[in-house]
Amino acid sequence: MPADGAVPADGAVPADRVVPVIGRKRFGRDRQGRIRPGLELPERELLRALPEQARELVEHDEPSAQRLFPVAYPDDEAAQAEYREMMGAQLLDHHRHALAVLTDTVDETSIDEDELHGWLGAVEVLRLVLGTQLDVSEDVVEIEPDDPRSDQFTVYQYLSMLQGEIVDALAAGLPKGGATAPDPRDR
Amino acid sequence: MTGPGTEVRPVEVDRPEGGEDVRPDRPWMVIVWNDPINLMSYVTYVFQKLFGYSRDKATKLMLDVHHKGRAVVTSGPRERAELDVFRLHEHGLWATMEQSS
Repeated sequence: MPADGAVPADGAVPADRVVPVIGRKRFGRDRQGRIRPGLELPERELLRALPEQARELVEHDEPSAQRLFPVAYPDDEAAQAEYREMMGAQLLDHHRHALAVLTDTVDETSIDEDELHGWLGAVEVLRLVLGTQLDVSEDVVEIEPDDPRSDQFTVYQYLSMLQGEIVDALAAGLPKGGATAPDPRDR
Repeated sequence: MTGPGTEVRPVEVDRPEGGEDVRPDRPWMVIVWNDPINLMSYVTYVFQKLFGYSRDKATKLMLDVHHKGRAVVTSGPRERAELDVFRLHEHGLWATMEQSS
């Protein structure tokens, strides 16, 4: 898996298209603990358009959306068919709901933690679809500006950065030592 | 994986038709596989959130996935394991399950 902030070397991608400011914290909290997304207009426009495209792919079971429905039982066809039958619709609903939360709240000046979880899920869906389309590898790949995939790749990098910031905002609210007793097998 | 104090049994076991070993005491392992898309910080966060692991434990599991290609993140009865797999799938992680041998 890639490390965070895997941004290609300077000049590989014209970063000003969808990334107006890198390094600005986008998910600060107010005194009530609500999150105040600080997104620029082009970012919001992008985050409104992408879920619509992804929803089409997901609902029509397109190849680029298959990564959203992983196989639970790789060595047992019958068990896998049953898993898909039992859970497939629920998984589709989960992804659809996350995309809808992002679309519905992208222009809000403040959102709650549940909504931020929706954003995280939506950005995950978008990264999985786009990463599959781009056939990304774990290593940082430089894409030349005249490559036809250059724009898509810029969007992918932007979503990676955005996801990192959402994770930071949500992880700050987790209990530090974890919620469960230490597992005895760890010793 | 065998838990502490589990005896190793003789290998001759009467198996039902089809050769399926259905001994209920063999736990199911939930495995997360490395993939080229999911970010390290995201995977760590998902392990913390879903399983209540400490940041240290979640980070160690994430690094196992990253370096070894896979890691067992939970294990237990089949229904429980299947629910864990599903929750990992909801979060976009590449998770499978298999019964430990």
